[in-house]
Amino acid sequence: MKLLLKGGFVVDPVKATALQLDVLVEGGKITALAPQIEAPAAETISVDECFICPGFVDMHCHLREPGEEFKETVLTGTRAAGRGGFTAVVCMGNTKPPADNRAVIEFIKRQAGVAPVPVYPVGCATKGRKGEELAEIGDLVEAGVVALSDDGNSIMNSEVLRRVLEYSRMFDLLVISHCEDQNLSLNGVMHEGFMSTLLGFRGIPRAAEEIHVARDLLLAEMTGARLHIAHVSSAGSVQLIREAKRRGIRVTAEVTPHHLCLTDEAVQTFDTNTKVNPPLRTRHDIEALCEGLRDGTIDVIATDHAPHSVEEKDVEYNYAPFGISGLETAVPLMWEHLVARGVLEPVQLVQKMAFNPAQILGLPERVIEVGREANLTVIDPRLKLPVRVKDFVSLGKNSPFNGWELRGWSVLTVVGGKIVMRQGME
Amino acid sequence: MKFERKDILGLQDLSTEEIKLVLDTAEPMKEILAREIKKVPTLRGRSVVTLFYEPSTRTRTSFELAAKYLSADTASISVATSSVQKGESLRDTAKTIEVMGADTIIIRHSVSGAPHFLARMVNARVINAGDGAHEHPTQALLDMFTIREKKGRLAGLKVAILGDITHSRVARSNIWGLTKMGAEVRVVGPPTLMPPFIQDLGVKAFYRCEEGLENVDVINVLRVQLERQQKGLFPSIREYTRLFGLDETKLRYAKPDVLVLHPGPVNRGIEISPEIQDGPHSAINEQVTNGVAVRMALLYLLMSGGEVHEIAS
Ligand SMILES: [Zn+2]
Ligand SMILES: [Zn+2]
Repeated sequence: MKLLLKGGFVVDPVKATALQLDVLVEGGKITALAPQIEAPAAETISVDECFICPGFVDMHCHLREPGEEFKETVLTGTRAAGRGGFTAVVCMGNTKPPADNRAVIEFIKRQAGVAPVPVYPVGCATKGRKGEELAEIGDLVEAGVVALSDDGNSIMNSEVLRRVLEYSRMFDLLVISHCEDQNLSLNGVMHEGFMSTLLGFRGIPRAAEEIHVARDLLLAEMTGARLHIAHVSSAGSVQLIREAKRRGIRVTAEVTPHHLCLTDEAVQTFDTNTKVNPPLRTRHDIEALCEGLRDGTIDVIATDHAPHSVEEKDVEYNYAPFGISGLETAVPLMWEHLVARGVLEPVQLVQKMAFNPAQILGLPERVIEVGREANLTVIDPRLKLPVRVKDFVSLGKNSPFNGWELRGWSVLTVVGGKIVMRQGME
Repeated sequence: MKFERKDILGLQDLSTEEIKLVLDTAEPMKEILAREIKKVPTLRGRSVVTLFYEPSTRTRTSFELAAKYLSADTASISVATSSVQKGESLRDTAKTIEVMGADTIIIRHSVSGAPHFLARMVNARVINAGDGAHEHPTQALLDMFTIREKKGRLAGLKVAILGDITHSRVARSNIWGLTKMGAEVRVVGPPTLMPPFIQDLGVKAFYRCEEGLENVDVINVLRVQLERQQKGLFPSIREYTRLFGLDETKLRYAKPDVLVLHPGPVNRGIEISPEIQDGPHSAINEQVTNGVAVRMALLYLLMSGGEVHEIAS
């Protein structure tokens, strides 16, 4: 099958350019790239005014399989990814049972065999995600994990984290850290600040995150391991990571769309879809996160897609689980809130959502060049649509963005030369 | 003026006019309570259901008596949160009460916002009888009614709220109500029981009774949750009582005619000494009577929408 994309701006995250070029795809690869390509035999799609981007990679999502298939499966989650403009996803290991052994990783890879979008699993760092003993990391590496993480939990014992980091060096494997001092955050349901005081909710202070960011950075420095800080939410964390990078520590970091678009004031509605961990913070934090994205302190935008069933979320605030279903709204949220407002250039967005996550994880490089595998995300900056959770293909309809009018939806997702989504239709 | 809202969820969104109307309406209600036959036919044929997820005999009985004195039919549902599957119960129970035809549901719940969640689910009117550490509007209204009755006004008074501010819905509703009515509000307690940014609610915070109680007209003493001690929020009950228990010495910082309130039930000798609890400054017993009058006023305004003089005659 031949595919010809005509009239779009091809974004190059390395040269930091966006040039009007036609793209020809044949046999799963990019075969031509030129201002005017004629290929009568190819299926031709006009993408005037659209941005043709290297395929986006979500390096942090939860697919819930095995164990909680009512929330999401590998298949429904990857369909949601394709629909949202992602050409690869990295799924966390907090499944039931947890992905702390070869069998679970192999099961996920088998389920991913029919998925429209490739799945790269993360293995647990410790047995049962308990933070006590190392998982069989060598075995996990052989089974094909791309990183280690006990995400959902912080590794509370510093000695255990030290050993995880040391051991991972043997494979130069990335360790993804969910930073949360679980004594400080215990029973908290939202950011600790004026809003938690107003609403009478138990708060989670910024320090609960920052203490573990600081600790993890020190341990990364000591061990020389590769550390990635997941879902940075606070201004203080950004500052700590900035200084660590300056000191040469091998650290990367990510932020989620919801931490960039919402503050703790959203909790005033008592909508349990605003309940997320780490919690939504304040305007001050959002500004620091944006600055971190601009100056390179924060490398990646990842969804932390955490689907839950309607029944679980339709309860009193304290009883609802943490998490937002994020795969299908990430691209337009980031276009509307970052690109359209001038926080990031389109090429920077592509760096944060495609190039950098692939680099960090050692996945096939995300650039559009002749000879490369055709993984493409096409964004239409003019397309303005409301978010409609009922149209989500994810089983998780838990989104606080329902009804938001957003510009910059992805309109075409191409994985290995195959169209997996076109104009919001599968 | 008519009272035009479906629910009473908190004092944060009540206007000064609405608060004044409730307090004014509670006056004739209190007269009814003084009669030999404490019953008027106003809400005959209407139904009130109390739905309590936290035990509170005092508040529930107060609401039930208020409803009965206005001739409404009442039913009560107590739910022990531990015995039900979390979450499922409120949604399901609400739907059941709704189809049974309740006009008003009075809810007490340990989670902030639960009454708001309920109010969105049902057509019946919802009254918040305390949600988590968020609001307890009827308690604040009865506190304000009592203060106004004793002091003749609310505006310009200095009111200290003493104790565990972080976990107190009584404190929050009092802060909203009293500041709206023009009183100066202070909160006094140990820093571990003082939430962040409390000053942004328009109050002054004090960690020492000497300063916090100085020259105040009213002290509203909060109940100590004894289990807080195990959670490490203060070292011991003994130390709490020494530093923050209201006794004769600390009372002397306040004005000579200071009024002492407590939402009850009192831990005797812990947050307040027996001499003060039973002494001339205390209006703790009258608060209970006033609680019924204020709740009658609210039910009346919410459910009949009538004018105040109809009741008095
Ligand atoms: Zn996490
Ligand atoms: Zn996560």
